[in-house]
Amino acid sequence: MTTVVTENCKGCRFTDCVAVCPVACFHYDDEMLYIDPDVCIDCSACIPECPVEAIFEEDDLPEGQEQWIEINAEKAPDLPLIEEPMEALPEAEERKADLGF
Amino acid sequence: MSSLGDESSPLRVAIVGSGPSGFYATEALIKSGLNIEIDLIERLPAPYGLVRNGVAPDHPKLKQAIEVYKKVAKNPEFNFVGNVTVGVDIKAEDLQQTHHAVMYTCGAETDRRLGIPGEDLPGSHTATEFVGWYNGHPDYRDRTFDLSHETAVVIGQGNVAADVARILAKSVDELKHTDIAQHALDVLAESRVRTIYVVGRRGPAQAKFASKELKEFLEIENCRPYIAPEELELNPASQEEINSKEGRGNKKNVEIFHRFADSEDTGKQRICIATFLKSPQRLEGEARLQKVVFETNALTGEPFRQSARGTGQTMEIECGILFRSIGYNGVPVPGVPFYERWGTIPNEAGRITAEQDGPVVPGLYTAGWIKRGPSGIIGTNRACAVESVEALLEDIDQLNTDRPGREGLYKILDNNGVRHINFAQWEKIDTAEVAAGEPKSKPREKFTRQSEMLAVAES
Ligand SMILES: Cc1cc2nc3c(=O)[nH]c(=O)nc-3n(C[C@H](O)[C@H](O)[C@H](O)COP(=O)(O)OP(=O)(O)OC[C@H]3O[C@@H](n4cnc5c(N)ncnc54)[C@H](O)[C@@H]3O)c2cc1C
Ligand SMILES: NC(=O)c1ccc[n+]([C@@H]2O[C@H](COP(=O)([O-])OP(=O)(O)OC[C@H]3O[C@@H](n4cnc5c(N)ncnc54)[C@H](OP(=O)(O)O)[C@@H]3O)[C@@H](O)[C@H]2O)c1
Ligand code: SF4
Ligand code: SF4
Repeated sequence: MTTVVTENCKGCRFTDCVAVCPVACFHYDDEMLYIDPDVCIDCSACIPECPVEAIFEEDDLPEGQEQWIEINAEKAPDLPLIEEPMEALPEAEERKADLGF
Repeated sequence: MSSLGDESSPLRVAIVGSGPSGFYATEALIKSGLNIEIDLIERLPAPYGLVRNGVAPDHPKLKQAIEVYKKVAKNPEFNFVGNVTVGVDIKAEDLQQTHHAVMYTCGAETDRRLGIPGEDLPGSHTATEFVGWYNGHPDYRDRTFDLSHETAVVIGQGNVAADVARILAKSVDELKHTDIAQHALDVLAESRVRTIYVVGRRGPAQAKFASKELKEFLEIENCRPYIAPEELELNPASQEEINSKEGRGNKKNVEIFHRFADSEDTGKQRICIATFLKSPQRLEGEARLQKVVFETNALTGEPFRQSARGTGQTMEIECGILFRSIGYNGVPVPGVPFYERWGTIPNEAGRITAEQDGPVVPGLYTAGWIKRGPSGIIGTNRACAVESVEALLEDIDQLNTDRPGREGLYKILDNNGVRHINFAQWEKIDTAEVAAGEPKSKPREKFTRQSEMLAVAES
């Protein structure tokens, strides 16, 4: 079991999730965040914090999103760590509205 | 003129309580980059608060949060002062004289009461005691739990209630390779409990379980989770709740409850029954608990604000043991403001106030459960501690500058004849626990007496 960030985080990157992560396992690139499955303790603290419902427990992933398990696992370890919330991407609010949130 | 936190004048902070909030406050202070000295004071010889003494033994992954705290403890700014109870071994007022700032992160260590007749009958316990006991907390080492009766009742439907029910439901084989205390394992091995009721005062859509906790019940080897299907009929307001965005988690819970209702009787040894809309009215028994009398409830109010109203009708459950799991409560530290009603230290975003909505007391801060009340998971305390540390750092120029810090603290403790241990000594205890667990294939066998821990620490 692990917890994964999915598509919805793209181009949005509100970082509300990061503030409550007890073990600092979020990493980021220009687009979005990824969870390092080797560090994440599956506490679920981040899930309700995400304003665009981008985070899921592995066995709770909506159909067609399974590829994100691998993407998170592959990308996270080599990317920089994010421990404190940072500013959302400029187009974040717009994207949030587009996603229907 | 130099100011606190400069190279020449370290900011000296005492933090009281080494659970998650104490460690996250320490981490945030260190990250400020200031010249800082932190003394993390803990009443037990062992650090980590409820991560060690609350989180269930069969959830080892969550305890990995400790790895983060170990890293924090490696910083040269950090000093652990274990086996020291603030308010007993050193006065809160004295601590204010030794450090520039004091932050209380002492958690919520007692429980709420139901306030009903029979609550103190033998056989009626709190989840707090049971959890402390199976986790080897020294305060609860000598509690006894009589599991010789077939029926157990858990009052409350939060995650702690789920932990208690799950520990009662699991077989010893499912627990014996965890860090559960040996004395608890021995008693659970003899358990004759067959039926466990988990009783909520409101409905299925209002239960506070995390869905993940609920799902686990479907995987217990020898226990069938069950709900009478008719109990899952929802009133319109509850329907509305689970269909809205904020009700995402509750909706999942209701879905899992339906799986409980559909579960087949495959002859498992135990059954765990969730039941709703019942408030305990009194506990009855001669000499010891024999039954609980409930008043049945109906929900009234707007969606998300529904409360339970008694219908005047009652029902009974015969049982031999009961655990009330209706929430924790803060314990006042003598000399520190306390708001009885909420069981918290009154504060404004982490700055302690003389009373609820009163003026700020300079130099005093708080974080974690004692600041917010007993809710939220491990990570919640990180954001909470960061907020409190931000307040402290904003106030830095107003703090009293003349404080001896560590040296002054140790002087008082030594004058008071208090035995205290540092982090290296705790690490000795830690190593000894891990070694003691090894022959039993347990991650550790905890010491459950303070005297044993101190003997190892001082060896
Ligand atoms: C039974 C149970 C199970 C839980 N399971 C989970 C879980 O699975 N996942 C999850 O994310 N969260 C879980 N939680 C919630 C989590 O444990 C809390 O959110 C968190 O521990 C609160 O942190 P804290 O630092 O405020 O308090 P605590 O962890 O309680 O730490 C307070 C510390 O202060 C010390 N102290 C108290 N008074 C004094 C004093 N006067 N002087 C010196 N020291 C003092 C105590 O000994 C303790 O070490 C659980 C909680 C409980 C009760
Ligand atoms: N695995 C985990 O993540 C985990 C494990 C354990 C604990 N924790 C966290 O630790 C915190 C504390 O958990 P908790 O279970 O102690 O608290 P909680 O989640 O607040 O649950 C308390 C339960 O007691 C009920 N209750 C309160 N007063 C009552 C009364 N007078 N009569 C009958 N029922 C009453 C509440 O019902 P109402 O809803 O009607 O008030 C609720 O069902 C929570 O935030 C929890 O999530 C997390
Ligand atoms: S809160 Fe959600 S959208 Fe924002 S960074 Fe975290 S996962 Fe991405
Ligand atoms: S589940 Fe917990 S540990 Fe994992 S990323 Fe989310 S907050 Fe961090």
